[in-house]
Amino acid sequence: MLQVPMEYYLILSAFMFTVGVAGVLIRRNAIVVFMSIELMLNSANLTFITFSSYLGNSIGQIFVFFVMTVAAAEAAVGLAIIIAIFRNKLSVNIDEINIFKW
Amino acid sequence: MPANNYEYFLLLPHIVLSVGIVLSILIEIFTRKGKEVLPWFSSLLFLFVGFYSIINIDKNFFIFGGMVEVGGRASIFNFIFNIAALLTVLASTDYIKKYGINYSEYYILIQSSVLGMMVMAMAHDILVIFMGLELMSICFYILAGLNRKRSSNNEASLKYFLLGSFATGFIVYGIALVYGTTGSTSIQNIFENFMQYFNNILFIVGMLLLLIGFSFKIAAVPFHMWVPDVYQGSATSVTGLMSTAGKAAAFSVLLILLGTSLSYSSPIVFRNYFSVIAVLSTLVGSIIAIAQTNLKRMLAYSSIAHAGYMAIGLAAGNNYSFAGITFYLAAYVFMNIGAFTIISLIEGKDETRLTLNSYAGLNKKSPFLAAMMSLFMFALAGIPPMAGFFGKYYVFFGAIKSDLTWLAIVGVLSSLISVYFYLRVVVYVYFMNENEQFEIEKSVGSNLAISLTGLLVLLFGIFPDSLMNLIVNFIK
Amino acid sequence: MNIEIILFAVLALVAATSSVMMITRKNAVISAVFLVLNFFALAGLYLLLNAQFIAVVQVIVYAGAIMVLFLFVLMLLNTEAEHQLFIDKRGIKFFAIFIAAFVFIEIAFLIFKSNPSKNLSPDQAASINSGTIQTIGQQLYTNYLIPFEVSGFLLLAATIGALVLAKKKFE
Repeated sequence: MLQVPMEYYLILSAFMFTVGVAGVLIRRNAIVVFMSIELMLNSANLTFITFSSYLGNSIGQIFVFFVMTVAAAEAAVGLAIIIAIFRNKLSVNIDEINIFKW
Repeated sequence: MPANNYEYFLLLPHIVLSVGIVLSILIEIFTRKGKEVLPWFSSLLFLFVGFYSIINIDKNFFIFGGMVEVGGRASIFNFIFNIAALLTVLASTDYIKKYGINYSEYYILIQSSVLGMMVMAMAHDILVIFMGLELMSICFYILAGLNRKRSSNNEASLKYFLLGSFATGFIVYGIALVYGTTGSTSIQNIFENFMQYFNNILFIVGMLLLLIGFSFKIAAVPFHMWVPDVYQGSATSVTGLMSTAGKAAAFSVLLILLGTSLSYSSPIVFRNYFSVIAVLSTLVGSIIAIAQTNLKRMLAYSSIAHAGYMAIGLAAGNNYSFAGITFYLAAYVFMNIGAFTIISLIEGKDETRLTLNSYAGLNKKSPFLAAMMSLFMFALAGIPPMAGFFGKYYVFFGAIKSDLTWLAIVGVLSSLISVYFYLRVVVYVYFMNENEQFEIEKSVGSNLAISLTGLLVLLFGIFPDSLMNLIVNFIK
Repeated sequence: MNIEIILFAVLALVAATSSVMMITRKNAVISAVFLVLNFFALAGLYLLLNAQFIAVVQVIVYAGAIMVLFLFVLMLLNTEAEHQLFIDKRGIKFFAIFIAAFVFIEIAFLIFKSNPSKNLSPDQAASINSGTIQTIGQQLYTNYLIPFEVSGFLLLAATIGALVLAKKKFE
């Protein structure tokens, strides 16, 4: 085990992170934007676990545990906000929603 | 893990506040008087926690295996957060009825956000910082959108939420890289081996991503695009809390993160980063604020400029400038909450009367409010002998000590620009004829909050040295 | 070829492809399903990295609970597939893709250049031990007591917030 070079995992997570960033910047649907943010958090988690495993200490895994807690809380609040805005506007597209300048 | 039970006792302010949150929920569930009881209950809670922290400022220990610090710097920040929340609650009892968010949850969420800030201020481990930050931010996302029927409110909260969690993504990825290169999340460990880690490029990238995330939270240019809309769209009392205590909490973390690292022969990367941030924020904030007629939006841009002045202190990176930032934050919290309280009094139903025109001839309607509004505007502009002047003075002086005179000059220039739009409000208040007729509601809590903040702003301005000495002693 | 390397290659390919598919699908529901696939692939990678507990939590909490919530909201709102996938302004789109590609190439370059594994001698036993539920549970209730309690209040605040924001009628 642990025969794959650590750099490969890090490159994969960097790739997922940038895909997430691109998704946030270019998509219009608020829920998809939010899913892209979840992807960013997950790529950071992969980095944590990789380092944790190769360093042989468990701090990274505990951090991932807390990131998941935060992601769950954010998902609950974020989806509630999206539902509230949908009730008023019947739309979740971020460029139709804007009254203010983005 | 605590070494002994005394360490739990040292955490008393946090434990009292946590128990208070749970009690507030129980009061709301089991009695029908939640809305009448909770403002007073929260006020007492904040008063106790704030003063208990500041009284025990001498008990400065690292507890729970060096994970958190109590007393000293953390106590000063606890005091700032709690007094800010106390003033916000006092000022908002009548306002939230007018605005239509008279829910008990409003108070519970404010308590939770203050708990998050206190956790951030005491943290000496990146994990604790992260949890405190998220607790605070999530409460703010909810508070920003509390009035669900109003689309401006929905929008402010969605925008704040999406951009806020975007920044969280950067923060987490940055922490992951820092963890990977140091093998630990303890800030103490980073400090002790800083020179060794500093040669590792991944560590620098991680720290920069972390700092970018926090630049977003302090509302510095170029990460400021959410600020004007969120501040304008949220309820005025919530904006007051977000723009003051929230900013102070983010700065408290930056002070910890950079605290010792900058004193190690001042890594040039972080200094350059904060110099750029400071120049952009002060100039962009001051110049765009001139074009604003909506007072909330104007104060939003002014808050960007103030973040820039404080970032000058971060770039300077010596003990004196860090103490200056703390003083500045305390002063800024009080003058800004005062200004937002007056705005919330003038504001009519459905977000009317927020523009400068509504302030024309305020002196005839209420000489007290007119005088206090001018006081806060003078203080924000940094005109002596108000608190704002000494905040800027200490920070700029710290910059000169670190041979960053050019940065101090940029700061002074942008303060000169900002005088224009602050004094414009005073001109409207005193020298324009009133063109709108309306009654200003009498509210005991708001008047109390305004008087208290006015008094504190004057006191800080008249006796700045005694407070500054206290801060210098405890910021190491 | 070693079985671990083959597994890594397959899972990494699935994770990378599904993430790209996630941001390019028109229908948000399909995006969500690709994200679930991505999470499963990640769980597999966590197992390869000896993180058993996190791998299980990833499936139960992330793929199970959070993504079900997403799908539930997507179905509830029943928004149509977007006719126009991206934000109107073309400039922003190309700029974003350019920035993302640039950032990725830079990070990848830095990772290879700094070669973080050069001083590392992965210790198989320590690595397996760090991922067990026993180690993590012990750490959570001793050294990490404060963040653990804070996470409790975080979830409490989020519950209250979600109720306040999404409840249909107040009072």
